[in-house]
Amino acid sequence: MSALSSTYALIRKDIQSELRTRYALNALLMFVVTTVATILFALRSDQPTPTVLSGMYWVVIFFTAMSGLSRIFVSEEERGTTMTLQLVASPSVVYFGKLLFNVVLTLSLTVAVTLLYMIVFSTSFTIQTPSIFIVTVLLGSLGFASAATIIAAIVAKANTRGTLYPVLSFPVLIVLLMTVMAATAKALDGEPFEAALGDFQILLGYILAMTGGSYLLFDYVWKD
Amino acid sequence: MKFVKYGSIVLITFVIIAGLAIPLSSSPQSWFQFPVIPALEQKARNIFFHVPVAWTTVVAFLVSLFYGYRYLRTRDITYDIKSVSSAGLGLMFCVLATITGALWAKFNWGSFWNWDPRETSIFILLLIYGAYFALRSALESEEKRATLSAVYSIVAGITVPFFIFVMPRIMAGLHPGAKGDPEGAGPVVQFDMTPNMLVVFLLSLLGFTLLYVWLLNIRVRMAKLEYERSIQHS
Repeated sequence: MSALSSTYALIRKDIQSELRTRYALNALLMFVVTTVATILFALRSDQPTPTVLSGMYWVVIFFTAMSGLSRIFVSEEERGTTMTLQLVASPSVVYFGKLLFNVVLTLSLTVAVTLLYMIVFSTSFTIQTPSIFIVTVLLGSLGFASAATIIAAIVAKANTRGTLYPVLSFPVLIVLLMTVMAATAKALDGEPFEAALGDFQILLGYILAMTGGSYLLFDYVWKD
Repeated sequence: MKFVKYGSIVLITFVIIAGLAIPLSSSPQSWFQFPVIPALEQKARNIFFHVPVAWTTVVAFLVSLFYGYRYLRTRDITYDIKSVSSAGLGLMFCVLATITGALWAKFNWGSFWNWDPRETSIFILLLIYGAYFALRSALESEEKRATLSAVYSIVAGITVPFFIFVMPRIMAGLHPGAKGDPEGAGPVVQFDMTPNMLVVFLLSLLGFTLLYVWLLNIRVRMAKLEYERSIQHS
C-alpha cells in the first residue's frame, strides 16, 4: 500500500472505532457543555467584553482538547494494539494518520463550541469579521492538533497520563493560545482582515515548525 | 576544571564588589565612577546580576537540549545524565532570574509582575522545566525516561524562538527591546553602558557561565556515581 492509502486506512479505522464507542466524542461534548454552563453560572447576567469572551472561548477549547485528544494514542496502549500498528504501518504514516484524526476532532470541537457560544452569548458574541474568525479557527485547530499529537504520543507511554497531558501541553501551546486569543478578539471587534495578518503568519510558522519537528521526532517516541 | 572553579570564584567576587561599591556620578570622570541612568539610579546595579543569571538559564536549557539530542542519536545514557543535570541547574538559575527580576520590577515599575513579554517568557521557561521533571518522574523505565524527556525538551525548544523573537514584537512591554521602545524592538537589547560598566557586565556574564560549568561538572560526576551504584545494587 502506498503511504497515502495507508494513512487513509488508518484514519478510517480510527473514525470507525470512535463511532462504535463514541467515547471521545461524547466525553468532549459533555465537557464543552459543562464548562460553558460553569462560565454562565459565574457570569450570571453580566455582559462580558469581546476580549474576555474570546479568551474564554479558547480556554474551553484548550481544556476540552486536553481531556480528549490524548485518547488517540492512549487507546492503542490500553487495547494493546500498539505493537500491531508498529508492524503494519510505518511511523510517518501513523503520525500523519493520528494527526489528521486529531485535526478532525479539534475542528468538530471548535464548531460545537462556536455554535453553543452563538446561542448562549447571542448578544455579545457577534463575529464582526467572519474571515478573520474562520481563518483563526482553522489555523488554530491545526496548530492545536500538531502540538497535541506528539505530546499525546509521549504521554501514552507514561504512568499518570490524565494529569500529565495538560501539564506538558500548556507550555508548548501557550504561544498558540496567545495568538489565537488576540486574533479572535480582533474578529469580534470588527477589525479589517489585514489587521490579523501578523497573527496568521505566527500561526503558520508555529504549525510548520511543530509538524516538522514532531515528524522528525516521532520515530523515537513510537518505537520501543 | 581548576581554571573554571577559581575563575568563577574570582570573577563573581570581583563583580559583587565592583558592581555594588563603585559610586555613581552624574558626570563620570574616571574609571571608578558609573554614570547615573535616569529612573534606574542605584537600582541599575542589578543588571550585573539579573541579566547574567537569565543568560545562564538559556545556556543551561540549550545545553540540556543538545545533550538530549545527542542521547537520541547515540543511546548513550551518560548524555541523558548530562542533559538532566543541566536542566536541574537551568531550573535553579531560572528561579533566580525570576526572583531578581521580580524584585527589580517591584522597585522600578511598581509591581512584582506585569506580564511583560520577557516576564511571560521566563514564566513559560519555568513551566517547561516543571513539565520536564514531571514527565521524568512519571516514567519508570530508564531508557523511556531518557528518550521521552529528550523528545519533550526538543518539542518545547521548538516554541522557544517564538517567544524570544515574536512575542516581544506583538506585545507592548517594559523591558528594553519591546514593542514601542524608542530605541527599536528586537531580540537583542542595545546596551548603552559606559566602558567600565560594560567590562563589569561582561566579566559577570563570564563568571556566571563558569559557575554554571563548574556546577554542571559536579552534578554530572555525582549523577554518574549514583547511576553506577544503582546498577550494582540491582
